[in-house]
Amino acid sequence: MTATTALSAPSAPTHPAAGRSPAPAARRRAALHWIAVHTVAIAAALFFILPFVFVFLTSVMSDDQALSGDLWPTEWNWSNYADVFNTPGFLDWWRNSLMYAGLGTLFTVCSSIPVAYALAKFRFRGRRTAMIMVISTMMLPPQVIVIPMYLVWAQQLHLSGSLWPLIIPMAFGDAYSIFLLRQFLLTIPREYLESAKVDGSGELGTLLRIVVPMAKPGIAAVALFQFFYCWNDYFGPQIYAAQNPGAWTLSYGLESFKSAHSVNWNLTMAATLLVMAPVIIIFFFAQKAFVEGVTLTGVKG
Amino acid sequence: MATLTNAPALRRKARRERLRTLGFLSPWLVGFTVFFGYPLIATVYFSFMHYNQIEAPTFVGLRNWRYVLEQMPLFGPALWNTLWLVVVMVALRVVFGLGIGLLVTRIKSGAGFFRTAFYLPYLAPPVAATVAFVFLLNPGTGPVNDILGNIGIHAPNWFNDPAWAKPSLVLLSLWGIGDLMVIFMAALLDVPKEQYEAAELDGAGAFHKFRYVTWPSITPIVMFAVVTGVVQTMQYYTQALVAGKLASGVSIGPGSVIQPGYPDHSTLTVPQLVYSLGFQNFNTGAACVLSLVLFAIAMAVTTLLMRKRAGLLSAED
Repeated sequence: MTATTALSAPSAPTHPAAGRSPAPAARRRAALHWIAVHTVAIAAALFFILPFVFVFLTSVMSDDQALSGDLWPTEWNWSNYADVFNTPGFLDWWRNSLMYAGLGTLFTVCSSIPVAYALAKFRFRGRRTAMIMVISTMMLPPQVIVIPMYLVWAQQLHLSGSLWPLIIPMAFGDAYSIFLLRQFLLTIPREYLESAKVDGSGELGTLLRIVVPMAKPGIAAVALFQFFYCWNDYFGPQIYAAQNPGAWTLSYGLESFKSAHSVNWNLTMAATLLVMAPVIIIFFFAQKAFVEGVTLTGVKG
Repeated sequence: MATLTNAPALRRKARRERLRTLGFLSPWLVGFTVFFGYPLIATVYFSFMHYNQIEAPTFVGLRNWRYVLEQMPLFGPALWNTLWLVVVMVALRVVFGLGIGLLVTRIKSGAGFFRTAFYLPYLAPPVAATVAFVFLLNPGTGPVNDILGNIGIHAPNWFNDPAWAKPSLVLLSLWGIGDLMVIFMAALLDVPKEQYEAAELDGAGAFHKFRYVTWPSITPIVMFAVVTGVVQTMQYYTQALVAGKLASGVSIGPGSVIQPGYPDHSTLTVPQLVYSLGFQNFNTGAACVLSLVLFAIAMAVTTLLMRKRAGLLSAED
């Protein structure tokens, strides 16, 4: 923007007439451009937003109307939401989802920070190999290693039917979080760390007192992503919790909720919104951390 | 170096540094060995065993491999569906994501609103998004076909038609384009403004500006989006499974076994087949063969990523 005005400004005084006459045409072109862009934007916005609107409107319809294909509810049955909460097991699913996502996030953040720090700031042999291994595990489909892991958790440790087989491994670092944090830590200038060391701070002290406070936005992004990963996870709970409905999470339970209420689309849509709600609410409080996290993985490579 | 003066002290320092590094890396070193190294080796071991998870495993040589690669009726469809999704879904996601990214950088009024609107669906839990789409696109009770009917469009049966089930999944994935929008937007805003001005002075139109200024500078990000998209789509599981189950209308209790991929195996993907073999048919050997096939493809793509995007290892390496 500033560059444009700087470039065009000097030409104006030399050709006053020429400068004035194209202005209305240019302004008209700019206006048309504005209209075109915003028309496309509104059309696109409808594609992204209307599904939420339809889901919400259906969630307050009566049982019969939800089956009719109607768009607008004739009566607003807010009690549908109460019915969802009163469905046996639904509150347990909330509790399990919160436990999985909460503990999983805490474990991941605590275990991934030191690893990311070493990979970003220490110089040692095999550093590049270690990074390649981290990225490889990040890229690996979870289905590749799930069978032997399941056998160990189920047959040796007898922990299937619970979420612990999903939570415990998170205390040993998560490749995606390590990668993202490392990208963030690379941006912290070495001078800060060196001056801390000159002041007599040990490596661990430097990490806790200098690096962690400076990396707060990065840590926030990792925490959010991990929380959402756990909240949204379907495959993990299906493997380990399927046999025990008491250990189901919201993401896993939702599909069976629909199966059990095979005709009640209104209740299903209410439940669907309740599964989405925490994610969307958290997003509105933490937008910046989010966008930073996404761009960091993709761009700042 | 001053090795002559105090070599032992330096060596002691080097050892301390090595221990320190190991200490910081230890959570991941343990995790990598236990939760990645071990299962990978065990998967190879089980791929040569007959094992139903009750009796002890017995060695059967290449029998599982031959069964999966030559005889298993569902291997072909699953591989085909996965490759179809990898090609079509990734291509359309990149094109659409880039389009939305370009659009967002041009919006002058209400940019914040539009950006949030485009981003939000990406956050919707996959199961919730799938359940919502199966309802919205439901031919009988969903609002979409109702609306299309009212304006005179004969709508397809979406998730209930073998020819439309995969395109419906693509539509669902385009709805969740938010992550790509953000990285493309950031890349587009990084293109130096001076280059556009120089191109304008040379009389370049919109197309030429995109072709000769925008494109060369965003190619690394497009490449990144393609490769990560391919890796993600090879893991495609939840949406396909949930859409197939819900659209089939079968009431599924825990423990009941249904053929995945409704309708007509059109939504059966390789990861679903791994689950079905390992956890429903208890054919551990075949499931392990299939996961190794998946692993081989994933590794090939990852290696490509390392080559094409050395940038991932960036700056200080």
